Amino acid sequence: MEKRAVFKSWWLPVLFALPQLVLILLFFYWPVAAVVNWAFTLEPPFGGAAEFVGFANFKEALSDPFYWNSVVVSLIFATVGPFFCIFIGLTLALAVDRQLPGSGFFRFFYILPFAIAGPAAGMAFRFILSPERGLAASINALSPDLWNPAKYGSHALALVIIIFIWKWSGYTFIFLLAGLQSVPRALGEAAAMDGAGPFRRAIDVQVPLLAPTLFFLLVTMMTEGFVGADTFGIVHSVTGGGPNHGTEVMVYRIVDEAFQGLNYSGASAQSIILIGLIMVFTFIQFRFIEKRVHYK
Amino acid sequence: MIQRTPYADAFTYAIMVIGFLLLLGPFLVVLAGASQTMPQVNAVPFSFLPQGEFMKNASAAWARADLGTAMTNSLIMAALVTAGKVALSACTAFAIVFFRTPLKHVFFWSVFITLMLPLEVRVVPTYAVAADLFQPIKSILGFFGLEIGIEWNLLNSYAGLTLPLIATATGTFLYRQFFMTLPDELAEAARMDGSGSVRFFFDMLLPLSRTNMLALTTIMFVYGWNQYLWPLLMVTDPSYKTLMMSLLALLPSDNGIPDWNVTLAGSLIIMAPPVIVVAVLQRWFVRGLVSSEK
Repeated sequence: MEKRAVFKSWWLPVLFALPQLVLILLFFYWPVAAVVNWAFTLEPPFGGAAEFVGFANFKEALSDPFYWNSVVVSLIFATVGPFFCIFIGLTLALAVDRQLPGSGFFRFFYILPFAIAGPAAGMAFRFILSPERGLAASINALSPDLWNPAKYGSHALALVIIIFIWKWSGYTFIFLLAGLQSVPRALGEAAAMDGAGPFRRAIDVQVPLLAPTLFFLLVTMMTEGFVGADTFGIVHSVTGGGPNHGTEVMVYRIVDEAFQGLNYSGASAQSIILIGLIMVFTFIQFRFIEKRVHYK
Repeated sequence: MIQRTPYADAFTYAIMVIGFLLLLGPFLVVLAGASQTMPQVNAVPFSFLPQGEFMKNASAAWARADLGTAMTNSLIMAALVTAGKVALSACTAFAIVFFRTPLKHVFFWSVFITLMLPLEVRVVPTYAVAADLFQPIKSILGFFGLEIGIEWNLLNSYAGLTLPLIATATGTFLYRQFFMTLPDELAEAARMDGSGSVRFFFDMLLPLSRTNMLALTTIMFVYGWNQYLWPLLMVTDPSYKTLMMSLLALLPSDNGIPDWNVTLAGSLIIMAPPVIVVAVLQRWFVRGLVSSEK
């Protein structure tokens, strides 16, 4: 879409765009150039100029079992988390969209968890699902260590995924509700005339029509799960990647390796792989947005 | 109401109530725990009944993690990030939409690509730039064998806390989306009346963008307030600590007294401002979220 009435000046648009472009150059493009540079070079241990090493850093990263561990952890995090976020958001959106008296009250509250920072939510859940106190302690009263995220990696991973789901379900809810509201009422009414009850209408009319929104959310949420700020924040504040690397997602490993391990080259190689992954996701999303279905 | 469906209605209410308990339950636990005494908060099973100790716990938390300083810093940081994003993205979107210049594609795509470069994957070199803002220029000059002796360190300053976070693709697209919906006649009329582009921007576009700005302000305030990784890395001076950095300081020490009531009261203080913003300005928040993602 092009505007017809545009202003003619070559220096004014540059002036207007410049402040943001400078920030982007300084804090996005330059750092990424440095990441690319580091990923293909290695600093000698006793100082001196960095040497070009080709793909050696990538080979080293890919031959490290802990790297593949972080890939698996991230994959679990970024599939299980989004699946439940979308499932919960969809269920609640279908319920609220029936517009029964009082549903506005529920809609108001469902979005609130999304306002909370991942690490702050993490702090609350460290208490709520702690093995010794809070709500989960009652489970351990049946038999010790039925639930212990401080000891078992799988429990810790479940814990950080639960926090992610809790925070992001309200987000998917908003988008799915907006999607449902743009489905013409006449479709539901026609289905009702044909004798379809509310459940049948939900499954056979509303959910198929939501397919574009569902797909959009799937891609967005998976990207968020792989590289989102909350993914790092939750893992850092709740488990610190442990126990025994059980919750070490890819972003956590990159930051940890860079700032704790001071292995810039290794961290940069992993960063490049992750950027490639995001590009694939963004590409998929864009291809799809082009064909996005509109109901009206 | 299309038809009478009492069972389905009851089921719908059941779902909504379960959703309410799942999503609001953690808030209730934090509220209850923050107002209890230490033995009460550690009791199994946990009691959801609030008690009267909240003020005492909150002031203990306030002192333990020096939340006063952190609160001021978080407010300053969130305000600066929000203002910067709302202002700069409006300017960029204006340049992209209202000028006939081939550069607009360059502007658009350079903003777009930032979506694919989250802080976590470029964190070390971003830190290096913040440590010396002239480092990129120096490296480029160094390539040609030149050296300059200037340095501008942003670590431990409000500029360092906010500048790297201000560039925003979301905000730029939100404005762009809105500017595109304006009729072409608007700019034509302004031109006929003798208004230049700058005047058109300040006197017509910005006032028209008010709802857009409010939507953007709410989502960006929450974004700015909730920043975690960046402040954690670049702030070493306690006088620039933000609330998110204070979270870990609120934890009971490993072998010490498990005073989770204090921790929860502190977390509640940290969580409250963005929750209040989203609750009060929910209409704008939702609008900002939904329309920026298109």
